[in-house]
Amino acid sequence: MQSFRQHTGQAVPLDRVNVDTDQIIPKQFLKSIRRTGFGDYLFDAWRFLDEGDLGMTPNERAINHDFVLNAPQFQGASILLARDNFGCGSSREHAVWALQEYGFQVVIAPSFADIFYGNCFKNGLLPIVLEENIIQELFQLAVDGLELTVDLEAQTVRLADGTAHGFDIAPGLKEKMLSGMDDIAMTLAGREQIEHFEAGHRESQPWLFSRI
Amino acid sequence: MSGQTLYDKVWNAHHVGTRADGNDLIYIDLQLLHEVTSPQAFEGLSIHDRPLWRRDANLATPDHNVPTVNRAQGLDGITDSIALEQVVTLDENCKRFDVEQFDILDERQGIVHVVGPEQGATLPGMTIVCGDSHTSTHGAFAALAQGVGTSEVEHVMATQCLVQNKAKNFAVNVSGFLPVGVYAKDLILAVIGRLGTAGATGHTIEYRGTAVTALSMEGRMTLCNMSIEAGARAGMVAVDETTLAYIKDRPFSPRADMWDQAEAYWRTLHSDDDAAYDMTLDLVAEDVVPQVTWGTSPEMVAGIDASVPDPAQMSDPVQREATEHALKYMDLEPGTPITDIPLDRVFIGSCTNARIEDLRAAAAMVKGKQVAPSIKEALIVPGSGLVKRQAEDEGLADIFRSAGFQWRDAGCSMCLAMNPDKVPPGEHCASTSNRNFEGRQGHASRTHLVSPATAAAAAVNGGFVDVRGWH
Ligand code: SF4
Repeated sequence: MQSFRQHTGQAVPLDRVNVDTDQIIPKQFLKSIRRTGFGDYLFDAWRFLDEGDLGMTPNERAINHDFVLNAPQFQGASILLARDNFGCGSSREHAVWALQEYGFQVVIAPSFADIFYGNCFKNGLLPIVLEENIIQELFQLAVDGLELTVDLEAQTVRLADGTAHGFDIAPGLKEKMLSGMDDIAMTLAGREQIEHFEAGHRESQPWLFSRI
Repeated sequence: MSGQTLYDKVWNAHHVGTRADGNDLIYIDLQLLHEVTSPQAFEGLSIHDRPLWRRDANLATPDHNVPTVNRAQGLDGITDSIALEQVVTLDENCKRFDVEQFDILDERQGIVHVVGPEQGATLPGMTIVCGDSHTSTHGAFAALAQGVGTSEVEHVMATQCLVQNKAKNFAVNVSGFLPVGVYAKDLILAVIGRLGTAGATGHTIEYRGTAVTALSMEGRMTLCNMSIEAGARAGMVAVDETTLAYIKDRPFSPRADMWDQAEAYWRTLHSDDDAAYDMTLDLVAEDVVPQVTWGTSPEMVAGIDASVPDPAQMSDPVQREATEHALKYMDLEPGTPITDIPLDRVFIGSCTNARIEDLRAAAAMVKGKQVAPSIKEALIVPGSGLVKRQAEDEGLADIFRSAGFQWRDAGCSMCLAMNPDKVPPGEHCASTSNRNFEGRQGHASRTHLVSPATAAAAAVNGGFVDVRGWH
């Protein structure tokens, strides 16, 4: 996983509540057995007017010019401004992969769905929770183009004029993002602890270990 | 100090310790695998040359993109080459890592969340994960069951643990008893209508009260299944006689002495009388009426006797806009009575409602009747090969077929349209599944979530009808 310390980029405002992972990456693209190749299909049913399928490339598609991600001023944006409960629905990690591959490094919202939030940290996409009124302000500013600097170490989102908004993040998750360390390796570093637990568990609930 | 909730008990019994970065590790007893979210995880193991920590803690079956016709042809019946690759990849991975799989030709194949309980692989007090958000279903057995992402699937494969911080406790108390014609599905939709799709985020829900304990295991699974639709990663119901009777003598459940030992422990799996909850929702079962969703999120739901809401009367601008957007997508006018919503298709199936009891409830509505001519397609898709056989043995399949329903093979089918079963653009579908998101059942499809009885009656009636007293 890539580590994350600081990032400066353009913000694009996606003004919808309850954006679910089916919208972020529709199910027809989940048939792939790979981790890559999803960026072209991010928000597929919103970005394009025709029905997409795996293998299609954006230049052969009918672009939906009304969708904010297609607006010329938001090309190259790397920070997604979103509304409440972003990433709800299906647990598909493909949603995070698609956002990253498209070019997003940060998603800012008043709240996130749990599984999506967790999936972000497995991949180095930083989800930031800010208060509703601050988000509202950022939405208004973003319409005319808004550059933000996200500093994970300092836990701030800074505007070009110097205004900074602090955000909360669990220390464990922050550490993980900063180090970019392989999650499995980190857990396996405590292998004995797991083995010890497992032995006791086997003794107290032996029926859980009786399958052949 | 107050007592422990059911969730506290199961969490504590699996708490391995705290990792170096401060996150908790919990031990996972069972991982269910399917073809869509496992290939990248297996690949990850191979790349890093890591073994499966415990092969006997995994169970696999293909469900999301298997076709529901021509099952006898097995893999050859899959016409979509990309879907085929996924199913074949699952076969190969299970062989290579020696994971037990009910493959496409196995009668035990079905939707993972139907198969686990049916086999007795799901047991009380377990921790269960699956790369699918409806894993919460298994919480009906007082298991802590959660949907996880693909990285977490790989993490559990390699370490038998999940990195997690403990959720808060949420009690949904339902007093009284559900009236005739009102089902677990109506109850959970009513709960989601009250809580909203994010109402229980960060919490584990425990469903409690007389109306919950009166439910069969099938009904409890329907409840727990949709916990995620209220934002909760897990939902649970305490162990009682109903739970034990369901598990007894299932293929994977413990026998003889081992059963006695297990039963003694399982009987402790309920919240203590003095347990405290961080949040509570109280509902009276008698107040619940049959529910129908009218929008593009499960919280956009109304009683059968109500109408589609009017966004103009909403004071919250965000809610107003979301409602306007949903009504435009659904092509519905504000104020339309639910019973006047046009219908094109009916789908009875999915991990929410494709168990034997669901099919019985649906069959009771259609017996001796015909699907209305205005309905273009009405599908019944049993949750597993075994449910299918049982329904055939009970004569339900004949009832459906002679009424004009299609009787299919087990799989996720039209719940998510990753397979050939899809709702065409613009059409309205009465569906017993769990998500009415935009495009969920097919590009530009319009979904109305309902109970199996309401779906079946709607097929016959050609539109939604109040099943209380309908015959
Ligand atoms: S039936 Fe639907 S919700 Fe259930 S596992 Fe399959 S796709 Fe997911």
